[in-house]
Amino acid sequence: METMSSYADSTRAMRLKRLFTIASLIALGLSLVWANHRLDPYMVRILNLCAINIILATSLNLIFGFAGQFSLGHAGFMAVGAYACALLTMTPAQKEATFIISPLIRPLATIQLPFLPAILIGGILAAIFGFIIGAPTLRLRGDYLAIASLGFAEIIRVVGNNAIPITNGALGLKGIPEYTNLYWSWGAAAITIFIIKRLVDSSYGRAMMAVRENEIAAEVMGVSLFYHKVLAFVIGSFFAGVGGALLANLVTTIDPKTFIFILTFNILIIVVIGGLASITGSCLAAIGYTILLEALRPLEAPMTIGPVHIPGVPGLRMVIFSLVLLAVILFYRQGLMGKREFGWGWLVRRMVRKT
Amino acid sequence: MTFPLFLQHLANAISLGSLYALIAIGYTMVYGILRLINFAHGDIFMMGAYVAFYGILLISLPWWLAFAVAVLLTSFIGILIDRGAYRPLRSAPRISALISAIGVSFFLQNFAIVVFSGRPKAFFRPPLFTRVFVIKGVNILSVTFFIPVIAFISLAALSYIIYRTKPGLAMRAVSHDMETARIMGVDVDRTIALTFALGSGLAAIGGIMWGLRYPQIQPLMGVIPGLKAFVAAILGGIGSVPGAMIGGFVLGLAEIMLVAFAPALAGYRDAFAFLILIVVLLLRPTGILGRRLEEKV
Amino acid sequence: MKTDPKEMRRKRTKTFCEAERMRGEQHMIERRLGRSMAGGWPGAALAVALAFSLVALGCQSDQGRGPAGTDVIKIGAYFPMTGPYAAGGQMTMDGINLAHQRRPKVLGRTVQTVLVDNKSDKVESANAVSRLIENEGVVAVIGAYASSNAMAGAEVCEKARIPMISPSATNPLVTAGKMYAFRACFIDPFQGLVMAKYATETLGARTAIVIQDVAADYSVGLASFFKRSFTELTGDPGSILATISYQTGDQDFTAQLTVARSKNADVIFIPGYFGDIALLAKQAKELGIGSHLLAGDAAQAPELIQIGGDAVEGLVFSNHYAPEQSRSGAGKEFVDAFREAYGDVPNAFAALGYDAYNIVLSAIESQGEATPEAIRKGIAALTEYDGVTGVITIDENGDAKKSAVILTVQDGKFTYLDTVTP
Repeated sequence: METMSSYADSTRAMRLKRLFTIASLIALGLSLVWANHRLDPYMVRILNLCAINIILATSLNLIFGFAGQFSLGHAGFMAVGAYACALLTMTPAQKEATFIISPLIRPLATIQLPFLPAILIGGILAAIFGFIIGAPTLRLRGDYLAIASLGFAEIIRVVGNNAIPITNGALGLKGIPEYTNLYWSWGAAAITIFIIKRLVDSSYGRAMMAVRENEIAAEVMGVSLFYHKVLAFVIGSFFAGVGGALLANLVTTIDPKTFIFILTFNILIIVVIGGLASITGSCLAAIGYTILLEALRPLEAPMTIGPVHIPGVPGLRMVIFSLVLLAVILFYRQGLMGKREFGWGWLVRRMVRKT
Repeated sequence: MTFPLFLQHLANAISLGSLYALIAIGYTMVYGILRLINFAHGDIFMMGAYVAFYGILLISLPWWLAFAVAVLLTSFIGILIDRGAYRPLRSAPRISALISAIGVSFFLQNFAIVVFSGRPKAFFRPPLFTRVFVIKGVNILSVTFFIPVIAFISLAALSYIIYRTKPGLAMRAVSHDMETARIMGVDVDRTIALTFALGSGLAAIGGIMWGLRYPQIQPLMGVIPGLKAFVAAILGGIGSVPGAMIGGFVLGLAEIMLVAFAPALAGYRDAFAFLILIVVLLLRPTGILGRRLEEKV
Repeated sequence: MKTDPKEMRRKRTKTFCEAERMRGEQHMIERRLGRSMAGGWPGAALAVALAFSLVALGCQSDQGRGPAGTDVIKIGAYFPMTGPYAAGGQMTMDGINLAHQRRPKVLGRTVQTVLVDNKSDKVESANAVSRLIENEGVVAVIGAYASSNAMAGAEVCEKARIPMISPSATNPLVTAGKMYAFRACFIDPFQGLVMAKYATETLGARTAIVIQDVAADYSVGLASFFKRSFTELTGDPGSILATISYQTGDQDFTAQLTVARSKNADVIFIPGYFGDIALLAKQAKELGIGSHLLAGDAAQAPELIQIGGDAVEGLVFSNHYAPEQSRSGAGKEFVDAFREAYGDVPNAFAALGYDAYNIVLSAIESQGEATPEAIRKGIAALTEYDGVTGVITIDENGDAKKSAVILTVQDGKFTYLDTVTP
């Protein structure tokens, strides 16, 4: 039991923790400013992708890691967010030039919105899709849910290919304004982490974890299974939509093929490698994954080591990449972080003890 | 739609459906024993086709021998994959094994691209399989007769192994409770290796039949058939071998008949396959022949 | 020992309440001070720190950047070496490598080509081009094979003001509205017209069926342009009997073909990639379909004939290039060099890759300097360039104005039929 002195200690500890958090946020802001001015566009692009992958991974982690619902529908929700945001931010002239097979349907053809409302609408639309898909399918269990949600994502993609007056079909959209920059992407990532962390620590989050651990026990305790599963699913798909929207305005051209189910696998890999139910793990793995893919590129270039000249082997990068992936999963069965989070606890404890 | 036309579509559907069924059987068997979605199944299928291809091309084996060798070699590849990528994860969470399966799938695809090159290759078709029979306006390729027969033989052989032999008994025991089976003296690792050998062998048979029906092989040829077979397996109730068979035929029939009756919607073919899957799952949450999940409190 | 159960219950309740209260207070303090935030936030900060350190690391270990580029001219290439378009990427690189071997220097400086794989993927294409520009310091970019990938790359090039030339991206959207995007090939509206003209005028076709890959931009675009031209030429809006779709990765086309058979059209137009066309032709033959099969430029690859066998005999398709067309000069040299290097007759993609490389070098030569801006000017001003795929003039959109050839498959060989000038 806590004594009065430890009570004071813990108050101090809390203050310290908050101080560290604010300091680290300032550091984040400053490093973004630095990166924006000093790094070349290639690095900036990779950093943007890191942030987008963080958003996607944490949102899938909410659904899978915390609420325990094995969903493989993330690529579909991303597609919804990406297309909504892209169509809302493109200029009418650009839309007219892009839709060469059949013109874009009327109200969409003339609307143009700033980035923030477009992202939000993209996210909300993805969330609505999440609700429509989640409500019937979330009563399925495990692998059956996985294939059903994957099926829905594929249906979204197939509709994207065929609904040419809305999506321009396989030709995709191009000339989407390049609004995504480090502030948007990392800002959105920070907000995503903040909201999901708050949610997970709230009574809703506890209920989600109870559902994950044992549905029947949770139900007996009065936790509504349907409500909490759908809640996790809808919030997760909202952020997937936001991630898709940022991706669309980063790459500036999208087509349905971008959102093939392999994309979901990639995000799933990030989540599992990072550690299920660890937000820190998702962040680390998202960054590691994105950078590793790029860092392995020199493997395919011709190399000269001393007298030996090795011609470039196209495709070698992906072979090595999959081997690294296998090695990591074999050695870190619980993912890099397990269920742990990074916190200031250890540092604060040490400081409090010293004084 | 005229009747002969409908019969032609039906023949196409049976041909496609039996291929799906053949691949789905292997998929569902591994799942039934291990509760592991082996996402690499489609890529093992691809390896089977390539081994057969090179068997004919490089060592100029007679085709039947090449096919037999391919099935054996692919079974061996399956054992290797189990040994390297799945066995170390036996006690790890199920999801780790799934990620490992995805990793194996990526590896096999890219390995094939590097070693066999990404360009498609023509698969050799013995004349026995390429005769076209015209029966009352319905054209049927002779290989189409073989595929369902082979699928049914595989189904029968598998059922025999699982229900009538000692290793089959061990498989059922492992499937039921791995730890208890170990205590009772079942060599779990060997049983699972055998499961993978059988599953991969079936994948190789599927790959070869696929190559005979659609004589083009390339490193990514297993992705879509693998996904479809997975859908078929789930549709039938994953883990149930007869279910996978039914699932495969339902899927083939659905895909072909959508195009047949609504050609304008042909672009939605894959979406339709998934739609059927979802509707079936909503009505029967564990598939057509799936066992009800036990609820443990 | 006996105790009063009532007393005991009271006691237990009391301690429980106390504990609860204390825990509650603790929780309240934590809540007020936002402990719940503390877990995730540092995670983000740490993530950023890690990201930057890793990027910085990447910066240093990279040797491509830096002073090496004083006398070497670097030209980037981004092509699909893996993924579904790998075959196309590999064919094009054959041509680019041959061109580089035969012309390794310009203005007395060595040219180096840097190949980056784009995995047949859009995001990877953008990353690849960005890497070429920033890390390798290339002055021009060649790529990509497929139109959708080229679009993603063109956006990056436009922003970085680096000229890009695609050998084979035929979709009109690739260069539309771009200053720095060019191509060495004609565009799909022209190709659609060529095939529609061939169908109506040479074959006398009045009806057609189109079987398209609804998930491939190239296929959907070309199908739509063919349909437009075909209905115009026949003057009958109902002359396209059906448009039937399949999806990339499908290998069973029997349902589509059985529908096509029941409509009994004069021609079936298949604007797909060679693998799909080979399988379609095979299955069409097995189903006993007698209609003429027509296709677009992506039909040409040795694999079409290897896989299609006698089923592709008589297939007619539009293309950029026919080896027969060039019996003298640069074209003949190319055919001979290609045969020597790869032991095969060159295909259109190799020829286009060869031309794309040489167009960049000619632009450098004509401007006398190898800066991106000069290369852009040089390519934009290109007129009557005598390439191996024909005489090329770059128009105001950045597209190549050039003639198309019509090829057919005869006795297991690609055979030249006709040349169509715009």
